[in-house]
Amino acid sequence: MRSGELDLLESALEQAKARGADDAEALISISRSTAVACRDAAVEHSQFSESSGLSIRVFIDGRSGSVSSSDINERGLGELIDRAVAVAKASPRDPFAGLVSSDDLALNTEKDLQIYDATTLDAEALKEMAMETEAAALAVHGVRKSTGASASWNQGFSALATTNGFLGSQRGSGFNLGCGAIVKTNSGMETDAYSSGKVFLEDMESAASVGEAAGARAVSRIKGTSVRSGRFPVVFDARISNSLLGHFAGATMGNSVAMGTSFLKDKKEERVFSAGISIIDDPLRLRGTQSRCFDGEGVATQPLTLVEDGVLQHWLLDQASARQLNLPIQGNAARSGSGTRPGASNLFLAAGRMSPEELMSDIRYGLLITKLMGQGVNGLTGHYSRGAEGFLIENGEISGAVKEITIAGNLLEMYLNLTAANDLQFRRGMDAPTVRVEGMFVAGN
Amino acid sequence: MARQLSKVLHGCDDGELYLQRSVSEGLTFADGRLKGASYNCSHGFGLRAVCGEQVAFAHASSFDPAALNRAVDAVAVAKQGYKGHWDVSPTGNSHYSNDPRASVPEHAFDQELKLLQRMDDYARSRDPRVAQCSASLSGAQSRIEILRPGDERFSDFRSTVSLSVNVLMRDGARLEGGKRGLGGRFSRELLMAESTWQPLIDEALRQADVNLRSTAVRAGKSTVVLGPGWPGVMLHEAVGHGLEGDAIRKGRSVYAGMLGEQVAAKGVTVVDNGTVPDKRGSLAIDDEGTGTQETVLIEDGVLCGFMQDRLNSRLMSDRPTGNGRRQSYAHAPMPRMTNTYMKNGLCEPEEIIASVEDGIYAVDFGGGQVDTTSGNFVFSFREAYKIRHGRIEQPVKGATMIGNGPEAMRKVSFVGNDMALDEGIAVCGKAGQDVLVGVGQPTLRLDDMTIGGTE
Repeated sequence: MRSGELDLLESALEQAKARGADDAEALISISRSTAVACRDAAVEHSQFSESSGLSIRVFIDGRSGSVSSSDINERGLGELIDRAVAVAKASPRDPFAGLVSSDDLALNTEKDLQIYDATTLDAEALKEMAMETEAAALAVHGVRKSTGASASWNQGFSALATTNGFLGSQRGSGFNLGCGAIVKTNSGMETDAYSSGKVFLEDMESAASVGEAAGARAVSRIKGTSVRSGRFPVVFDARISNSLLGHFAGATMGNSVAMGTSFLKDKKEERVFSAGISIIDDPLRLRGTQSRCFDGEGVATQPLTLVEDGVLQHWLLDQASARQLNLPIQGNAARSGSGTRPGASNLFLAAGRMSPEELMSDIRYGLLITKLMGQGVNGLTGHYSRGAEGFLIENGEISGAVKEITIAGNLLEMYLNLTAANDLQFRRGMDAPTVRVEGMFVAGN
Repeated sequence: MARQLSKVLHGCDDGELYLQRSVSEGLTFADGRLKGASYNCSHGFGLRAVCGEQVAFAHASSFDPAALNRAVDAVAVAKQGYKGHWDVSPTGNSHYSNDPRASVPEHAFDQELKLLQRMDDYARSRDPRVAQCSASLSGAQSRIEILRPGDERFSDFRSTVSLSVNVLMRDGARLEGGKRGLGGRFSRELLMAESTWQPLIDEALRQADVNLRSTAVRAGKSTVVLGPGWPGVMLHEAVGHGLEGDAIRKGRSVYAGMLGEQVAAKGVTVVDNGTVPDKRGSLAIDDEGTGTQETVLIEDGVLCGFMQDRLNSRLMSDRPTGNGRRQSYAHAPMPRMTNTYMKNGLCEPEEIIASVEDGIYAVDFGGGQVDTTSGNFVFSFREAYKIRHGRIEQPVKGATMIGNGPEAMRKVSFVGNDMALDEGIAVCGKAGQDVLVGVGQPTLRLDDMTIGGTE
């Protein structure tokens, strides 16, 4: 813990108490990053960022007030807390608001989850990485141009303190490398991209492999074909299959369930996925991009199997939604603005047995989707209708690239008709293997 | 600071020190209670040096001299001894000026809370099928200063207010939603007036009721009639992004190299206008100090202009059009839309609907997205109906429309005379930066669009 930040948190809690708060929490976050983007073998953009934020929540007689500021100096603190206190006093009582009970607070906040690599890279080193990446993409036969390559690192520090005795801090780091490539097709230009992010520099994919992957993806889009409209199997490539998991995570958030605005609200302990499917949230994964040993309210985190053998077992809960649903607290609070909401950490859909090729082998006519567009997902009804790009599958084999199509269905049915392949990789903090969904409605061209 | 700025930008083509101080607040009422009240203040600087095609940018969320020194050092190294020609000064204010009454008030929390409570009561009392209601009110204000070498200084005060309501209606086992929002750069009193918020809720209730009666739509090709106002998001996605100077200069837009060519059907005229009173996309100056203006992008179907910031216009020997915008001090400016809309044609909206034998009439949309390189766009319907034999029939369940921007613009077969801008709900995201914009159009008929549905 850095002493300056610790002092500020203590001061914030003391001042909140002195101004009439029964309870208070204060969160500080500081981050810095450097990013370099290159295009056509020259630097296009270099960016040096320093950011900070302080958020304070006060509780007075069952009412609460939240404020936040980019200022992490003692100077503006009094005024900020006055505002929080004034808002709390003017607010109606909220039966679910408040700090978590001190019994629920994490005791060990120092577990080493290996989420901080102290290495920093200067702009010159990032430039070389980006240039090498772009060169590798351009070297792929068929690539006409690059949309640019970028390399970056970031470091963050955050600390949370509460008036009922919690004090925890966490450092994190990240390294990212990405590239986009453009190819020419009969109908115009097509672009595709590849990117990779890791917590530790030593785990990074090489610049050459990132560039080659971007180039290969773009080249695969050159030979186009058309697809007919109808109802057939759709395979979601592991690049984008995690979006199905994202819709699931949104629908299992306790606050949506409590409000009745989730399409899964009546499905607890029921089968929502096909047999054999498991979905697990693992906040304690070593080197995970979303790893944390305490949540946004200071509660100890734990791995949680949300779906086991297709059956929905748990909601994601922060303290307010746990109280409202009368369920035990689980440590899923994520910070959101100056408050919290339930959220997943490292969420994944467990791997199945078949390879992606085997998963596709019996598809006579279907689609492999590699890109989804638009926001046509209704969290209330589960209605799903999105723009898509990818490849036509004919007799188990991938034929030409397809675009300007839509795929539609209802998530409730899609989840029940979903099969997972064995190619799960932990890449982004929300990961799924390639999955196949039967009977989707496809509008072709 | 002035000397430091002159020194670090010496030899560059352009650049500035951008200072910003902003305050925002938001209240959300849901589930019959106050769900959240937030208040945020933020300040910081962004230092930018432009050297040819290269930008070096450093920012910090403080006005601390030590942070500024670190930024100056980082930018000085990044420009690597570049020697260019310092560009001419930005033009400064347009005739547009922001209404300062939209600002975040000091002690209005009580009133705002009461308003949301009244809205909640009103919505629930209007229809017994209302199962859930949420309403939010927010406001933001920001003071910006653009400092350039030679004591050049441009400043602006910007504020916005917005109000939105979301209702959930139950009929048997079926639940459907209705949503309405409005906002802009106008006074908070207007926003909080009964004559403003009651119609907003009535509309959200009407939409939920319509959606409860909606049925699945057939997947495949269809003629689509888009209603006026917010459906202009299609134009924003399909055309607007491809006409931003950076996409054109880098050859990444389908419209690159097509200046002077017929890119849309005759009768289609599209402009970007940052000076429309009270609208979210309106500004006195952009974030580089250039005055906003009306820029004609497509006239009678012919491509005639782009939206430019200073960097891209200089490299393309074009002129800045007041479209150099940024999300905040922590983001470098780039070409962005302000209020982008299609101008009126000659047809009566009824006549356009009557012209369709079998198709879809779409009046409200969810979000959209575009790939500017291929021109492909997609967006989803929030309220739409089937058209049969020239008449509007039953509502359809959330479907998606997908197409290609330039192709869609050539497929415009009728342009209505009822142009409207959206009610102040549009946020545009690009390269990780969100800015407020306006979209708009008259009623339009598009032929041969792909519709995603579940029938």
